[in-house]
Amino acid sequence: MKAIVSVFAKDAKGITAYITGILAAQEINILDISQTLMQGYFTMIMLVDLTDCPLPFDALARLLQERGEERGLAVHIQRQDIFDAMHRI
Amino acid sequence: MSYLLNTDEILQTIRMIDQQHLDVRTITMGLSLLDCAGEDLDQVVVKIYDKICRRASDLVAVGEAIERELGIPIVNKRLSVTPIAMVAGGCRGESLVKAARAMDAAASEVGVNFIGGFTALVHKDYTDGDRKLIASIPEALAVTERVCASVNVGSTRSGINMDAVAQMGRVIRETAALTADRDGLGCSKLVVFCNAVEDNPFMAGAFHGVGEGESAINVGVSGPGVVFEALRECAGAPFDVVAETVKRTAFKVTRVGQLVAQEASRRLGVPFGIVDLSLAPTPAVGDSVARILEAMGLEVCGTHGTTAALALLNDAVKKGGVMASSHVGGLSGAFIPVSEDEGMIAAAREGTLNLDKLEAMTCVCSVGLDMIAVPGDTPAETLAAILADEAAIGMINNKTTAVRLIPAPGKGVGDTVEIGGLFGTAPVMSVHAASSADFIARGGRIPAPLHSLRN
Repeated sequence: MKAIVSVFAKDAKGITAYITGILAAQEINILDISQTLMQGYFTMIMLVDLTDCPLPFDALARLLQERGEERGLAVHIQRQDIFDAMHRI
Repeated sequence: MSYLLNTDEILQTIRMIDQQHLDVRTITMGLSLLDCAGEDLDQVVVKIYDKICRRASDLVAVGEAIERELGIPIVNKRLSVTPIAMVAGGCRGESLVKAARAMDAAASEVGVNFIGGFTALVHKDYTDGDRKLIASIPEALAVTERVCASVNVGSTRSGINMDAVAQMGRVIRETAALTADRDGLGCSKLVVFCNAVEDNPFMAGAFHGVGEGESAINVGVSGPGVVFEALRECAGAPFDVVAETVKRTAFKVTRVGQLVAQEASRRLGVPFGIVDLSLAPTPAVGDSVARILEAMGLEVCGTHGTTAALALLNDAVKKGGVMASSHVGGLSGAFIPVSEDEGMIAAAREGTLNLDKLEAMTCVCSVGLDMIAVPGDTPAETLAAILADEAAIGMINNKTTAVRLIPAPGKGVGDTVEIGGLFGTAPVMSVHAASSADFIARGGRIPAPLHSLRN
């Protein structure tokens, strides 16, 4: 299953390393990544492959949210299908 | 599936959900109870309870799982069942309140917030079962929490059953009286239809029609906030641009509904029925249909131009949505429930939006006079006459019209009815003082219009 991970936070050092570390520990492969600063706000979007991830989707979503909150980051994961449904015919 | 990230699109979707109240308003599972019919009401209610609990046990859990995985709120998980007049109408005894209690208990057991189908279809005439059901409505709505009732009093093919219209005026009064301690809350769960549809996922008027199968998944989408934000970006542009913008937005919103419907259908092993292309507001700021109309250039919803604005909106929502779903049905169009729409509430309080203008608006949008509080002392005949007007609009225009009126006990114009939750807050609106009693007293049937003869 492919999913989109989105990270929003006040810009700081090491956000990308922190999040990608969590993903790597769960055997999640990053297929594409984009990050930018919008008015001082850090925004990162990743397309990830969950094929080898041992956690069920729910547990992974909770893990990302909790670990994100520890560093003041809003981290969400959503299946790619919703974006494809909305923007692709 | 593209491997390329389009961050603009992804951020747009996230913004729609996080900031513009995009949600799937309801997954409604339709369930046939025809096989629960019998002569002994005590046996019938056991069958009703058991079947609902057996067939709908996973609905809420599946809905919540889809919600988490797609990251889109699915606000309501609900049930609609076969009109109970057909299931329990043949039972001995006069009251069908026990059937409503069984529906309520089953809904509570499976965790849905509403169950629709305490319904009778009397657009031409009553069966004995229909009479029992309608007579049971006030008590049924007073003693249950989750049960919704509806009565179809007219159709384009059969005309308007004016005996039923007159009776429903009295039933609404009685329902308000029995729930007087809650501002007449029971009336917010009672819909009077013309041209009722069999696959409507929205409450309070949902029921599972007899032309439907054993069960079906019907999904209602929403998204007034998304349309509003999109229109803000085309300020001053001609209507062609407005219509195109609404269509594009409605397409995106509906695609999400289609995705959710397919997922729910697959996981529950229940056939996909329809997606209802509706713009359904909530009392939340930024989730209002009235504010969309105002974004088109009207100072306050209800002023001159409102009907035209709503006609454009309603049509564009359908045009955008229809290509996004494989099966479209239900009510499909913009809803204008007063108490459930922050902008409508404001416009009604301000005095620009009144009952007569709302009636005009219902000629060009989905459904009808919805969630409108009127003075508690409004005569039953006046309520019936309002129902008749709305049914006439539905009958002549080949569309569904529905009325939910709340004659709030002890309240008058200027007062406010607090219904709570998604039902919101309703300012009491004035009705005409001149009597319609002699008109309603005639009874009989208004004949079907000429254009019912289409064969």
